[in-house]
Amino acid sequence: MADVNENDLVIATQGLTKRFKKITAVNGLDLSVRRGEIFGLLGPDGAGKTTTIRMLCAIMNPTAGWARVAGFDTVREAEAIKKRIGYMPQQFSLYGDLTVLENLTFFADIFEVGREAREERIPRLLGFSRLTGFRGRRAAHLSGGMQKKLALACTLIHAPDILFLDEPTTGVDPVSRREFWDILTELHLQGVTLFISTPYMDEAERCSRVALMFEGRIVVCDTPERIRGLVEGELLELRPDDLREAARRIEGLPGVLEVQTYGDLLHVFVDDAARRGPALQAALTEAGIAVAGLRRTRPRMEEAFISLIRRQQEETEYGTRSA
Amino acid sequence: MIKRTLTIARKELIHIIRDHRTLVVLFLIPVVQLFLLAYAASSDVEHLRTVVLDADRTPQSRELIEAYRASSYFNIVSAVANEEELAQAIDSGTARAGLVIPPGYGADVIAGRTVHIAFVIDGSDPVIAQTAFAAAQSVGQIHGVRIIERRLGIATEQMSFLEVQPRVWYNPAMKSVNFMVPALIAAIVFVLTMVMTGLTIVQEREWGTIEQLMVTPIRPAELVAGKVMPYVMISFIQILEILVFGVFWFRVPINGSVALLLGLSALFLVTSLGLGIFISSVASTFHQAMFVVAFILLPALFLSGFIYPLDAMPLPLQLISYLNPLRYMLVIVRGIMLKGVGLEVLMEQVIALVVFGVAIMTFAATRFRKRLG
Ligand SMILES: Nc1ncnc2c1ncn2[C@@H]1O[C@H](COP(=O)(O)OP(=O)(O)O)[C@@H](O)[C@H]1O
Ligand SMILES: [Mg+2]
Repeated sequence: MADVNENDLVIATQGLTKRFKKITAVNGLDLSVRRGEIFGLLGPDGAGKTTTIRMLCAIMNPTAGWARVAGFDTVREAEAIKKRIGYMPQQFSLYGDLTVLENLTFFADIFEVGREAREERIPRLLGFSRLTGFRGRRAAHLSGGMQKKLALACTLIHAPDILFLDEPTTGVDPVSRREFWDILTELHLQGVTLFISTPYMDEAERCSRVALMFEGRIVVCDTPERIRGLVEGELLELRPDDLREAARRIEGLPGVLEVQTYGDLLHVFVDDAARRGPALQAALTEAGIAVAGLRRTRPRMEEAFISLIRRQQEETEYGTRSA
Repeated sequence: MIKRTLTIARKELIHIIRDHRTLVVLFLIPVVQLFLLAYAASSDVEHLRTVVLDADRTPQSRELIEAYRASSYFNIVSAVANEEELAQAIDSGTARAGLVIPPGYGADVIAGRTVHIAFVIDGSDPVIAQTAFAAAQSVGQIHGVRIIERRLGIATEQMSFLEVQPRVWYNPAMKSVNFMVPALIAAIVFVLTMVMTGLTIVQEREWGTIEQLMVTPIRPAELVAGKVMPYVMISFIQILEILVFGVFWFRVPINGSVALLLGLSALFLVTSLGLGIFISSVASTFHQAMFVVAFILLPALFLSGFIYPLDAMPLPLQLISYLNPLRYMLVIVRGIMLKGVGLEVLMEQVIALVVFGVAIMTFAATRFRKRLG
């Protein structure tokens, strides 16, 4: 096993599968993540992201297949993995009645971080999570964003080589999200391998590679650029009073790539939102359709997914026809 | 190993200390329960409200009434005129007992004939009725002996005839509180520790912190031991509380070694804490844990000899009671406090508790696995 490539792979899975009573949450996953990557696992709720991460963190046994993390088998060598990874669960909970500093110290103690390392790391972690001024405050009294940052600091206290983050930015305000990603980028520069799950498309931009997960399977796994090539366009959201008629009219307009309906909302992919937005509004007004709340939004995973899957299918069809 | 255990223990202690209300409750409960139960469970008959139906109205009958009044068992509250009034007094609960002296009692006593008096007792509480019955009989007999003495003109002390003098050992005053308080120490501590620790591990599950703990190098045994530690301390303080009140308020003696009592209490604590932790480690929610705790507590109390003697139970229940740590502790605590026995006498119970404690702790540690679903 002296193969350089083998050593470089810090996460490798083959046929990784987890079946619960009724459903197969993760279905035959083949993944490989190299040292120093920021690997993004994207997918809507229920795609199987959390289950995948739990198996990689060696706290859940797969039904079939295997995974190796940091060169250790997740079933047989679980404890060896735990010394080398940090894991921030999706529903991360700190000890609310412990202060910021007590939470950090607790995890430092559990990981048996030596005194010197601790004296260096705790101030540094407090600093970069901007919690230095709050070290004496109870975790329960921190804002949501601060709690996430404290959680991250706690998972970093033993300086892990690989960091697993399960939807770290879900439910966090935009400013905290940006800060959070700055911290992650910093970690990446220090050589930490990051494995992050997220339902947000735009966060994929910051990853070195992204896997799109849907119903337990990987739909596509590639660099963000390549994936962006697949999901083009910008997204406009509007609430017209006659949904079906509006959709019919918009589909014919120039620059419109795709229209999706969500309840009483229309999501329109266009090549240039700034240019097409007014034209779209004008066309609907002309047709006598009232429009409420036309705005540009960030594509959520659901839209990106549907779009991607549709277009992939279209491409395959086109490819077979032209051949 | 030790370090991580202490880390968990310290964290757990902070949770407990910062929860002021619970902390106060934890230290009040044992005392409140001791008072409630010691008084409620007392089957001593004292100052039983008694009415008198004196149909004789002679100096002799008044002397008899005085004999009953003089004993601390009965409190003569009033006189009634006929049987109906007597029945009414007992039915309504204004009296628990009635002394009925038939007409001609005085004359019979003077004539030296056998006299019959009736004593009516409210039997709704059989234990009290039994004690009252015995008390009424003995008061009557003593008075009877007095009468004979006077007729013969001698004092019985000078006579040499066979006399059975019952001697009650260990609890000469036959105070039920002496029997109850030691048992309450064991029972209260058992209940409280189970309830306290029944929630500790499942709590991490409800908080969501369990997943975080699972990815740390902590060993299940370290987690369990660390979680138990602060509760051992608290329970120990609770034991001391009950002991102090038992000895200084209820005047229950500690005839044996206090050190031995405390030492074996600690052993018992670890055992019952282990049981709580075990429940907590297999339950997945607060509700489940509390349900199981409640499910275990009742049989554990009944099958311990705390309320009903084990000897009187059907064999299968007696066999089950051997799995009950409380059973052994009751023998230990009553033995040390009332009989003043030493370790050599209690070896069997001590071994049982050690075996039980080790087994349940090991089981708890192995049942808590660092794996999800
Ligand atoms: N412990 C479990 N028992 C049964 N089903 C589960 C369990 N955990 C997850 N699932 C199911 O597996 C699927 C994938 O869940 P999850 O991995 O949490 O997805 P994601 O994190 O992408 O939202 C979902 O349908 C979920 O309901
Ligand atoms: Mg999830």
